[in-house]
Amino acid sequence: MENSARRNIDFSTIMVRLIGYGFIGLFALCCLLPFVLILSSSLTSERAIMESGFSLWPKEFSTFAYEIVFKNPRLVIGSYMVTMIITVVGTAVGLFIVAMTGYALQRQDFLYRNKISFYIYFTTLFSGGLVPFYLLITQYLHLKDNYLAVLLPGLLSPFLIIMMKAFVKSIPHEITESAKMDGAGDFTIFLRIILPMTTPALATIGLFIALGYWNEWYNSMLFLSPNMEYRPLQLFLYNVITSADFIRNSAASANVTPQDIPLESMKMATAIVATGPVILFYPFVQKYFIQGITVGAVKG
Amino acid sequence: MCLPAIIFFAVFAYLPMPGLYLAFVNFDYSLGIFKSAFVGFDNFRFLVMTGDLWKLTFNTIAYNIAFIILGNILQIAVAIMLNELRNKWFKKISQTLMFLPHFISAVLVGLLAYNILSYDYGILNSFLKMIGMDPVETYSNPAIWPYIIVITFLWQSTGYGSIVYFAAIMGLDKSILEAAEIDGANAFQRIRYIIIPYLKPTFIILLLFSLGGVLKGNFGLFYNLVGANNTMLYPTTDIIETYVFRTLMTNFNFSLGSAVSLYQSILGLFIVLTANWIVKKVSPENSLF
Repeated sequence: MENSARRNIDFSTIMVRLIGYGFIGLFALCCLLPFVLILSSSLTSERAIMESGFSLWPKEFSTFAYEIVFKNPRLVIGSYMVTMIITVVGTAVGLFIVAMTGYALQRQDFLYRNKISFYIYFTTLFSGGLVPFYLLITQYLHLKDNYLAVLLPGLLSPFLIIMMKAFVKSIPHEITESAKMDGAGDFTIFLRIILPMTTPALATIGLFIALGYWNEWYNSMLFLSPNMEYRPLQLFLYNVITSADFIRNSAASANVTPQDIPLESMKMATAIVATGPVILFYPFVQKYFIQGITVGAVKG
Repeated sequence: MCLPAIIFFAVFAYLPMPGLYLAFVNFDYSLGIFKSAFVGFDNFRFLVMTGDLWKLTFNTIAYNIAFIILGNILQIAVAIMLNELRNKWFKKISQTLMFLPHFISAVLVGLLAYNILSYDYGILNSFLKMIGMDPVETYSNPAIWPYIIVITFLWQSTGYGSIVYFAAIMGLDKSILEAAEIDGANAFQRIRYIIIPYLKPTFIILLLFSLGGVLKGNFGLFYNLVGANNTMLYPTTDIIETYVFRTLMTNFNFSLGSAVSLYQSILGLFIVLTANWIVKKVSPENSLF
């Protein structure tokens, strides 16, 4: 292949590749640099930030911000626990329901499949909007300051159900038929045959749900008030970024005198602590997301 | 087996819908939604008179159209370029990096932007000072925010979105490209006359799909980039969803917020139906319903 490519190479091919390598390389770099900037800022002494701002390489190396964050790790650990529990429970329950619904909706012998599909799809077309949703959660379901207010609304989405439906459709219908002949009930077929055969789909959709929960911040901000001790990770990070008082409080409990508090570098250090582990994890799961987008794009 | 899903959507999607009646009342917290005084279209009249409705609609639609058009063009360009590259190692690493911004929370995106744009410490102003120019007041200058928001959106979505186009190019019959090469087509001509026309259907479908969301904002992006209380930037950065959020969380004007939501839902529905009608004409097998 290398030989034939070399034979046909002409000026235009070289140009296209040159532009390609240049542009893609530059763009990829632009995607990486802001993260480097945060990492570097978190490792810069507050004095250097005050004097010359954030930079891509620490002007004056310091781990002070991390020391404060880790001196009083209770809040960070608590946030991690909350987010982890919500993510694990939400993903497991949500995935199971999405899979079940997707499976049922693609069964040709299911009489109401079109009606129910439309019932689900319609929610993407028309909605009550934020205010009635807010009143529902707070006034009628009484879930204010309850982690369920974050967990429940994120369980399913029409998009994921449609994606699951498309996945299951690729399994030959005859397999379910023959299982039925052998006397398996619908639920047994789903658990014993469909679920094991759709592992790649489950991995993909599960990752979508999990990522949604991990990065969740909107419902947390709406329904969890600031006086809750343990907040989901992203809301915790949001509070650290937007409220200097928040940093002062946590620094005070780590016995740092007020004028020594590294406000800016602590924001960055908290961001690294909150995001770092997931970013390290990310290259390994990336291929499942790619799978998911490709399948989701084929046809709903 | 559909029962959990049916209940879920009944509670979280259908139950709030009657709440839209809020748009027609003067909401009194102590009386509840259905006992508050009925005021008809007063809330809408107010929104039109203050000019808010027009501004919000314009901003929301203009941003979304910029996102859709520029987003798709950049995604197609990236997909085509990736396809031309031969170095597997380079391809893999750059794709991983371009995909990364999609993977992080809106909160972190806001912080990344602050690192670059902050007046006192931002790297943009450090750079401007270094080359002898005056620093810019980013967070109080509404004129530059459309660029900042659009660039951030492109930064976050291009790598992710290009995958669909890349997958489509992979599906292209390679013998067509080889034949074109033998007939003497150069690389530009192959891209211009074979690959781009081949991507057109994918582009049209994605375009029509995204048209359905043209009135839905990208709340997290706007809220975290602009900040919660930066009134100076509202003229160019306020979209329907940030406005509704504000009516709820800071002004406690539940009725006004619902009025805007209802307007958004109905106009949005109208746009989806129109888009679907067009798809049916263009390629019937791809229409939504």
